[in-house]
Amino acid sequence: MMTVAEGAARRSIRRDNAAAIRERLVELPLFLAALVTIVTTVGIVGVLLFETLEFFQVVPLVRFLTETEWTPLFSTKQFGIIVLISATVLTSVGAMLLALPLGLLVAIYLSEYASPNVRRAVKPVLEVLAGIPTVVYGYFALLFVTPIIQALVPGTAVFNGASAAIVMGVMIMPMVTSLSEDAMSAVPQSLREAAFGLGALRHQVALRVVVPAALSGISAAFILAASRAVGETMIVAIAAGLNPTLTLNPFVPIETMTAYIVQVSLGDTPHGTLEYKTIFAVGMVLFLMTLGMNLLSQLFVRRFREEYQ
Amino acid sequence: MILGSLGRARVYDRLFAGLCLGATALAIGILALLLVKIFADGVPTLTLSFLTSYPSRFPAEAGIRAAILGTLWLIGLTAAIAVPTGIAAAVWLEEYAPRNNFLARLIETNIANLAGVPSIIYGLLGLGLFVRILQLERSVIAGALTMSLLVLPIIVISGREALRAVPRSQRDAAYAMGATRSQVVSRIVLPAAYGGTLTGVILALSRAIGETAPLITIGALTFIAFDPDGLLSPFTVLPIQIFNWISRPQSGFHDIAASAIVVLIVTLLFMNALAVVVRDRAQRRLRG
Repeated sequence: MMTVAEGAARRSIRRDNAAAIRERLVELPLFLAALVTIVTTVGIVGVLLFETLEFFQVVPLVRFLTETEWTPLFSTKQFGIIVLISATVLTSVGAMLLALPLGLLVAIYLSEYASPNVRRAVKPVLEVLAGIPTVVYGYFALLFVTPIIQALVPGTAVFNGASAAIVMGVMIMPMVTSLSEDAMSAVPQSLREAAFGLGALRHQVALRVVVPAALSGISAAFILAASRAVGETMIVAIAAGLNPTLTLNPFVPIETMTAYIVQVSLGDTPHGTLEYKTIFAVGMVLFLMTLGMNLLSQLFVRRFREEYQ
Repeated sequence: MILGSLGRARVYDRLFAGLCLGATALAIGILALLLVKIFADGVPTLTLSFLTSYPSRFPAEAGIRAAILGTLWLIGLTAAIAVPTGIAAAVWLEEYAPRNNFLARLIETNIANLAGVPSIIYGLLGLGLFVRILQLERSVIAGALTMSLLVLPIIVISGREALRAVPRSQRDAAYAMGATRSQVVSRIVLPAAYGGTLTGVILALSRAIGETAPLITIGALTFIAFDPDGLLSPFTVLPIQIFNWISRPQSGFHDIAASAIVVLIVTLLFMNALAVVVRDRAQRRLRG
């Protein structure tokens, strides 16, 4: 990477010791700033690990994994994390069921059908959708989507997984679209032209050439969006409820992992109590889940790059 | 027979094009619906006294004075901490780090992973590190430090893109004239990358303005009837005030939550537009 000019500059620096020290003094704070990002990761893992280990000294891991109720805030305490995980999975899968097809169709439209002008007009709209704070989506879920669901499905509770899932799907859709579109735009034009040359129609080119060719990039987008959904907090805390229930029924109140952390944080939980430690144990599970998904998505991205770059 | 299947394919082609267009229209329609709903709910109760009053038990008397001031404090501090740190980290990674250096690659991979960590996890980090270990309690500086770590990856990633967009030839020309590395960075590269970096900074700060979960986790308060007056002052911000009002059963509070959302969204749209303008100008300058 070092060019001839740079090499010459380096040699002249070596001759001038004072200047070299000055240069070092400039580099040091820059390097320390870059190191802050490493310290952040170490801090996250350290804080989560420390409190989680303390938690598991009181509550055995077996209880955490096998109990079927989540009641750390009651007098008879149970710690079945599966209750919170099931709610997170329910709302995330629901959101993906909406965001995947919709996001992919919009991406195909933008990449294969739309004129440059239309693309220029639609992309900012998606950016605005992606930039709306999640607390605003929460408002929309509770006060707009929930009444509609209640009208369609009588007996639906005010707080329910369905409403949160639908709105969360809208929230992550722009992410699916923009990452999938990036992947499809990277597919070489020659593949499309070859297919058109064989007499393929536009939808055949899109579905049988472009989407399969961009599949690993699209998969990466899906996984990343799912990870966003798993970690999303405000929509589920506002619209899905704060009732830890082990159920797959989308019309009753539930409580996700993130919503539980919010619930405890809103109360006045003293430092060092078992309740305080539960949020770190739950946070650890959440962190590991999202980290696994992010690493998986990076794997797909790398494979995609190898194919076309 | 062949003609028949081709005809069917043509029909499918039309249907699929319609489906894609319909999905796009639906996405735009949902955004429009969301904005219409919020403005219809929120604008009638958006008055001048709403902007200048403290929260209250009565929706008609409540306002967002403390939330606006808290947001300004939080964003000002976050910018002061995260912007220099983020740009410095980007400069080191792009201009100083040796190629294929193990540490540089570790930092790079790490930043990519940090960008995918849920914001509420940063809240737990802030709670453990800033609130407890550093004993900053539920102060605005604890919030700003937490938020700084949250937006740092965004600033570093966009900063690096901006630095990379500066043509190699400009650096070489400066080196050829005997400039040192720090001179090349401060006088050639950073001024040229100004626009792209600023766009990233604006987007990072607008992310920080809308974040709620990490601040709830570190214990930011929901009812503050005074102005924040220093780094260690307790504070609230607009999204937390909004969340608090949404959580109440009375519809009067829902309406003023919508009013506060209008304030938040107008601010964010303004910042978004600013970022687009800065980006376009920077692109034109780099090309020209």
